[in-house]
Amino acid sequence: MHRIDCPWCGVRDESEFQYQGDATVSRPKFKASEEAFFRYAYVRENPRGWHTEWWHHVGGCRQWVKVVRNTLTHEIHVTGTPADKLAHPRKVKSP
Amino acid sequence: MSSQSNRLTKGGHINRANPLTFSFDNKIYQGFEGDTLASALLANGVRLMGRSFKYHRARGVLTAGSEEPNALVELRQGARREPNTRATMIELFDGLAATSQNRFPSLSFDFMSVNQLFGRFLVAGFYYKTFMWPSSFWESFYEKIIRRSAGLGRAAVESDPDQYDHSHGHCDVLVVGAGPAGLAAALSAGRSGARVILVEENPWLGGALNLQNDRIDDMPATQWIEAVSKELNALENVRVMSRTVLFGYYDGNVMGALERVNDHVAPPYSDQPRQRLWTIRAKEIVIAAGAHERPIVFDNNDKPGVMLSSAVRTYVDRFGVAPGKTVAIITNNDDAYLTAFQLHAAGIEVPVIADARVNPGDLVEKARELGIRVETDCLPHEAQGYLGVTNLLLQRSDGSLIEKIACDCIAVSGGYSPNVHLVSQSGVRPVWDEKILGFIPDTPIRAERSAGACKGTYDLAGCLGEGHEAGLAAAKAAGIAVAKSAVAPQAGPQPQSSIVAVWRSPGKGKAFVDFQNDVTAADIDLAHREGMVSIEHSKRYTTLGMATDQGKTSNVNGLALLARARGEDIPTVGTTRYRPPYSPVAIGAFAGHERGVHFQPTRLTAMHRAHERLGAVFVEVGQWLRPRYYPINDKETMTQAIWREADMVRKTVGMCDVSTLGKIEVFGPDAAEFLNRLYINGFAKLPVGKARYGLMLREDGHVFDDGTTSRLAEDHYFMTTTTANAAGVLSHMDYCAQVVWPELDVAFCSATEQWCGVAVAGPRARDVLTAAFDGAIDMSNEVLAFMGVKEFTWNGATARIFRISFSGELAFEVNVPWGYGEAMWESIYAAGKDFDLIPYGTEALGVLRIEKGHVAGNELDGRTTAQDMGLGRMMSSKKPYIGLPLSQREGMADEMRPRLVGLKPVDTKNRLRGGAHLVDDKNNATHETSLGWVTSVGDSPAIGSWIGLAYLKDGPNRHGERIFAVYPLKDEVVEVEICDPVFFDAKGERLHG
Ligand SMILES: [Zn+2]
Repeated sequence: MHRIDCPWCGVRDESEFQYQGDATVSRPKFKASEEAFFRYAYVRENPRGWHTEWWHHVGGCRQWVKVVRNTLTHEIHVTGTPADKLAHPRKVKSP
Repeated sequence: MSSQSNRLTKGGHINRANPLTFSFDNKIYQGFEGDTLASALLANGVRLMGRSFKYHRARGVLTAGSEEPNALVELRQGARREPNTRATMIELFDGLAATSQNRFPSLSFDFMSVNQLFGRFLVAGFYYKTFMWPSSFWESFYEKIIRRSAGLGRAAVESDPDQYDHSHGHCDVLVVGAGPAGLAAALSAGRSGARVILVEENPWLGGALNLQNDRIDDMPATQWIEAVSKELNALENVRVMSRTVLFGYYDGNVMGALERVNDHVAPPYSDQPRQRLWTIRAKEIVIAAGAHERPIVFDNNDKPGVMLSSAVRTYVDRFGVAPGKTVAIITNNDDAYLTAFQLHAAGIEVPVIADARVNPGDLVEKARELGIRVETDCLPHEAQGYLGVTNLLLQRSDGSLIEKIACDCIAVSGGYSPNVHLVSQSGVRPVWDEKILGFIPDTPIRAERSAGACKGTYDLAGCLGEGHEAGLAAAKAAGIAVAKSAVAPQAGPQPQSSIVAVWRSPGKGKAFVDFQNDVTAADIDLAHREGMVSIEHSKRYTTLGMATDQGKTSNVNGLALLARARGEDIPTVGTTRYRPPYSPVAIGAFAGHERGVHFQPTRLTAMHRAHERLGAVFVEVGQWLRPRYYPINDKETMTQAIWREADMVRKTVGMCDVSTLGKIEVFGPDAAEFLNRLYINGFAKLPVGKARYGLMLREDGHVFDDGTTSRLAEDHYFMTTTTANAAGVLSHMDYCAQVVWPELDVAFCSATEQWCGVAVAGPRARDVLTAAFDGAIDMSNEVLAFMGVKEFTWNGATARIFRISFSGELAFEVNVPWGYGEAMWESIYAAGKDFDLIPYGTEALGVLRIEKGHVAGNELDGRTTAQDMGLGRMMSSKKPYIGLPLSQREGMADEMRPRLVGLKPVDTKNRLRGGAHLVDDKNNATHETSLGWVTSVGDSPAIGSWIGLAYLKDGPNRHGERIFAVYPLKDEVVEVEICDPVFFDAKGERLHG
C-alpha cells in the first residue's frame, strides 16, 4: 500500500502506478554486443533490501518514476526522475 | 415461546423494555435489545449450540467475544444465509433466524458423532495419511464419510443480494480497540488535536471493563465510558468507529478494517451497504487490542457448559444472564476469583474454586469470607455429562482424585494471552514473558506502539496509564504539539496476580486444545512423535490454530504442549507468525461494487447506438464492446451472417467500426527518428500524405505489435496499434522517450478516444463515400492512391481519410472527431442504400483478412518473429531498431521454426478449428509429434471452403503437401493441404481499383 512521491505530481496512491521492474539496468547502445543485450533483456538481480526500480505513473502524468524501495520492508526511501542518480540509504533496515 | 429461564432479575446492559423474538433451529425464543445471539440463547437455557468440525461433539459457547471457536451458526436464510457466524458476535434483532450447522439430522441427535468411535482414523495428519491409502478406499468410503462429516456450515447458493462499499480513512493516530487503554489513548491523542480514528469491533465501548465493579476517575465504569464517549464524539478531530474490526496490518502503516454497517438489523437493508471495507492509513498506531483468556486442557473440556471465566463474568455483568445455576470454577490465576465474586453477588451458586496454585494469595480469604469453598493445588480431572456438563471431577496435581462436584457450568481460566495478532502481522516477533505466561510484542518495526492487556498489562490503572502515554507519544510522533500537563484517567490499585502453568491437567481422555479444528492434546503428542518438531510443521500437521478463529484461544496451549513433548521451554519452540485476516472477511466486502458489469469499465465506441439499432450482436474485446455480426433477422445464424457479410464486401461494399484501434499522435523534429527506432521498417523517408504498415519488436526480438502509421506533416505522424496492445505500446513509447532516448525531441499522446473510425471496403467503396461526404474529398486514384492519406473538412470538423485495406478490397478508413462518429456512420450507411452496402462485424473482418493472409492478434502471440510471419523482408538493414540485436540470435531465424502457412481442408466439406495441432501421422498425434498449430480459421465465401492460417515447422517449404489437423477436444481429424497464406487475389489488384 505504497504512496509514491511522483516528481511531477506529488504524493499519489500506488494504484495510479504500474510497476515496471529494475531501474538499475540501462539499455545498451545499438552497437553493443549481443551478450550485452542478452543481459539487458533477461538478467536481473533479486536483491533483499534496497532496490532502485521503475514505477510508471500510468494513471497520472505518464512519467517513468525512479523509486528506491526496500524489498523487505516495502519502505520507500526516495523517488526521482529517470535522470536522477538515487543513492540507497547506508544502513539497511531489517524487519 | 420459551421463557428466559436463565435471565437474572436485574443487571446487565440490556434494554428489558424492548423484547425481541428470534428463532434457533426453528424454535422460537425471546431475548432483549442489547443481547447477542449467544447471550439470548444462554438466557433461554440453551447450552448446546453446535457440533464440532471433526468428531461432531456437542459444543456450547466458550467465549463472549470474537475469539469464539464453538458457537458457529448459519445466520439468516436463502440468498443471505451466512455460515460459520459467531453467535457471540451476532447482535440480536427482531426476527433473527439462525440454525445450527454440521449436524445430521439434529443438534441433539447427531448421527455423525459416531466419528468419535472412528477417532483413531481422524488423528493428527489424517488428511495426509488417508490419501496414502489405496485410492479405491478413498473414493468408495472415506471421501463420502469425510465430505459429509467434516466442514462446517453451508454457504448460500444464490448470488449475494447485498451491497458492499469501500472507503478510505486517513489519520494521525489510529487506536485499535476501545477498552480502557484504547479509550485513554484516544482521549489523550484527541485532546492534543491529533486526527484520531478509534476502532472497536463490538457495538459498545469499554472492552473488558466490568460495568458493575470497575471505577475510573471516581465514577462507575458505565458512567466513565459514557463521559468519554460523549467527549470523543464532540471532538471534531476524532472519529469513533464501532462494529468495525481491523483485520490486517499492511505496509505503509495501512490497516484493513471491516465495518458491519447493517449486520445488526434484519434485511432487507435501507439504501446503505451491508458492510464497508476500510483502508485506513495512519501516521501512528496505538494497538490496544486486549487479551484473550485461554482454557485449561483437561478431559472432556469441550462439553457445553464449560466456558471461559471471563465469558461467564461478561454474561452476568453485561447481559444479565446466568450461564448456569451452579458454576464451578477452575483457575491457575486470580482473575477467576472476580468471576466467583460476580456470580456470588448475582445469587448464583459457586460450589468450588479449584485453584491449581498451592499458595494463591489474598483473594482466597476473601472468597472464603463469602462462603465460597476454595481448593488449592487442585486441578480438573474431567467434565462429565451427555449433551452438557452435569459434574466436574477434581484431582490433585499428582493425579489423585478428590471428588465429584455437581454443576451445570464450569468457568475456566488458564490465564490470558495478549492479543499480538496485528503486531505480529507487522513483522514483530512476539517474545515470551514468563511472569504472565504469555507472548508480548517485541520492539516495534512500524510506527506503532502497544498499550494495556495486549502487552501484558492487566491491571486497570496500568492499562489507563499506558493508554494515555501511548496516545500522547503517538500524537507527538505524528507531529502534534502535546500538552505536558495532560493527566491519565485514574483507577485504584489492584494486587499483583500470580499464575502457575497448567498446560495439560493429567488425564487419558479427549482433552481439546483447538476447539474449532478438533485438535486434542494427544494429537500434538502424536504429531511430535511422527517428526513434526517445528511449531510451523506441528501447526499444519495437526491444523492447530488454522481455523477461522486463528487459534485465538488455542495457540499458546498448543505450543506449550509441543514444548513439553520436545522437553524444551516455550521461547525455544517459539510461536507461529500470524497473518491476515484477524477475523473472517466476506469475499463480497473485498469485491465491493466491482462485480458483474461493474467489475471493469465497458468501453463503447461513438457509433455504438447505431450498431444497436442495426441489431448487432456484440463481442467483448478487452474492455471494448464491438459488433460481432449483424443478423438480418431472427432466423439467420451466426455462421450464415458471417458468410453473408464477408461475401457482400467482396461483391459490393461493407462498412465496419474500427474505432477501437489504438491511435497515437506523434509530434516533433525527431518524430521520424523515434519511429525509425521503434519499427523494424523505415519511417523517416515516408512522404507526407502517405501511410505505411509497420511492425515493432520487443527487445527480445519477438514481434510486439503492428499497425498502420501515416505521416501528416514533416514533424507529425499518426500511429495506430492493435486494439489489444494500445496501452502497452504507449507505455513502451513512454519508456523509450523518457528513459532510453531522452535526447530525442519528440512528444506524443494517445488519441484512441479522440478519433473514431469507419472502414468502408468493397468495389463500391468510393461510390458510397463520395455520396456520403457529398464530394468534400476527391478519392480518385490520381489524388488518393493506395496508401494515400488526406485531411478534409466535413460538417465543420477535420476528417482524415486513409486509403488502406485490411480486406484486400478497394477500401478507405475515415476518422472524424469522436463526437461526430454516430453522424458519420449514419451518413455512410444512408449513402450505402443505393450500393447494396452492408455493415460487417469482427467475424467477417476476420474471414476477409485470413483470405488475404494478414496477421492479427492470433498470430501475434508474443512467441513469434517477423520471419515466422513471413515478414522478415521488412526488417531494415539500414538502421538499428528495438529488438534487432536479439532477433539476430541463431534460433530466432531458424527455418525449422513454426512459420506462417495457409491451410485448406482436402475434403472441402470439412471445417477447420483454431487451436488444432498439425501432424504428419494422424495415428501418432502427441505433444512430441506436433509440427505446429492452427491460429485462425474462417468459412471463406471467396474460396468456397473453410480456410486457416497456421504456424508449421518449415511450413513455407511444404506448400502443396498434405498433413492432418487434429483436434482432440472434439475428437476431430481433418486432412489439410498446406498452401500460401494469401488465399485470395495474390497479386493485390483489387485494392488498387
Ligand atoms: Zn506523475
